[in-house]
Amino acid sequence: MSDKEPIIVAFVCNWCTFTAADLAGTSRLVYPQNVRLIRMMCTGMVDPKYVIKALLQGADAVLISGCHPGDCHYINGNYKARRRVKLLKEILPRFGFDERRLKLTWIGASEGNEFAEIIKEMVAEVKTLGPSPVKEQMVL
Amino acid sequence: MAKAAKIEVEDGNIVASLQGFFKALLEDGEINALLVPQHLPMKNTVMPTLVTDPEKLNGTDPLAPAFPLNAAKVVSKLTRKPVNGKVAVVLRPCEIRAFIELVKLKQGSMEEVVLVGVDCLGAYSNIHYSRFVGEDSADSTLSFCQNFLEGKGTAFEEFDVSSACKACEYPVPENADLLIGLLGVDINDHLLVKANTPKGTELLDSLGLPATGEPKERKKAIDDLVAERIKYRDQMFKETSEATSNLEKLNFYLADCVNCYNCRVACPVCYCRECVFVTDVFDHEPSQYLRWAEQKGIIKMPTDTVFYHLTRLAHISTACIGCGQCSNACPNNVPVMELFRTIASGTQKAFEYEPGRSLEDEPPLSVFREEEFSELTGGKD
Repeated sequence: MSDKEPIIVAFVCNWCTFTAADLAGTSRLVYPQNVRLIRMMCTGMVDPKYVIKALLQGADAVLISGCHPGDCHYINGNYKARRRVKLLKEILPRFGFDERRLKLTWIGASEGNEFAEIIKEMVAEVKTLGPSPVKEQMVL
Repeated sequence: MAKAAKIEVEDGNIVASLQGFFKALLEDGEINALLVPQHLPMKNTVMPTLVTDPEKLNGTDPLAPAFPLNAAKVVSKLTRKPVNGKVAVVLRPCEIRAFIELVKLKQGSMEEVVLVGVDCLGAYSNIHYSRFVGEDSADSTLSFCQNFLEGKGTAFEEFDVSSACKACEYPVPENADLLIGLLGVDINDHLLVKANTPKGTELLDSLGLPATGEPKERKKAIDDLVAERIKYRDQMFKETSEATSNLEKLNFYLADCVNCYNCRVACPVCYCRECVFVTDVFDHEPSQYLRWAEQKGIIKMPTDTVFYHLTRLAHISTACIGCGQCSNACPNNVPVMELFRTIASGTQKAFEYEPGRSLEDEPPLSVFREEEFSELTGGKD
């Protein structure tokens, strides 16, 4: 992959979206290699600082993806994740981050197809945004 | 419920009148201890003191334009566990608002405290206050209050009260059990003391002060002051937004930060018992720094400066009550308060949350609704 390819850091929950990614793989679905999956037990444990760190470290976009509302293995972690995404979308764009660089989706364990589709769409969108402005900065 | 009484003033000395009031409060017997700002004998500086002996109130001066720390954290220490007694705490409005946030985060309790709030005319930074106070502590406070209430402003020599105070739209401690009022009050005659809660009413009744009404000038005086401060605040929001509108500008804005984390220590609502930024999570491998440097050719050391401030914004901006202690604590004059209040105005609006208003309002990041913010997932819930 060339240096110009965008990198997407994806925080995915063990029970739904990671399982969906696994299903996409075992079903031999093809999706872009730009995504770096980080398996969390639940999206409810994605602290805002993980997202901030990924973006400041040069990720072109961050995806948080968990179980559909009502399906969370830990009952309500995904609702908490949604509030944190709301918060980050209020803060980060003030400093020039395009809000499309942070995405929240719900992908259930059986939705391998959806996972592949969302990654394809997101990579295409991030490519239109160009590289993250962070890469030019000397401050982390 | 509101019930008002007078604290009579002799010879225009409101500092002495307040000292008399606090002495009576402590002698009354219902209160076991009083937390109140006092000029320390060894220096004219003002610090919160915890007093049980009514004779030890001679340096009491909650009106001094000094704000060395946000005492909400001190009250949190006092109320973390029951003490089997009642403590009256004399606080500025922003300290009360911060304490309400801490109580909601289970880092303090209202059970055994009586909140005594004083109309806040603003305060100087620590460095400026030590120049302002000079040798005569009580006189400096009197002239500060007189000048303010006569409309002569708060500037002294080449400095003025902190920008946090100038931008503060909460000069009146509405959440206090007992409110001591100056704004719109003829302070040469009396100070207003008003009970806002049953707890406050009970205490006020026991003191047997002469009853009075709220002077009609008070509402206008408060409205005018708040309007002036909101104007300053909105201008500050505009300028700060422009000064930090992209990452390059933000780096410039934070360029003098040396990662001392004083702003975090000074922040009354930075609620973590242990901050991740001082744990070994941030003891990076030496080779890690070299890898970072190699990625960009140059990195500023110490690292994690922007990361730290953005994280703190994410963690506490919804609870930011705008006291400005972050800026007061900064050794390098980074305008931290301006940045935090500007961003907080957005995050607080996003969750329709006003920190410090009421114990009933739930902190936005500790609750959720099943149906909300569906726009984040493109309506696919």
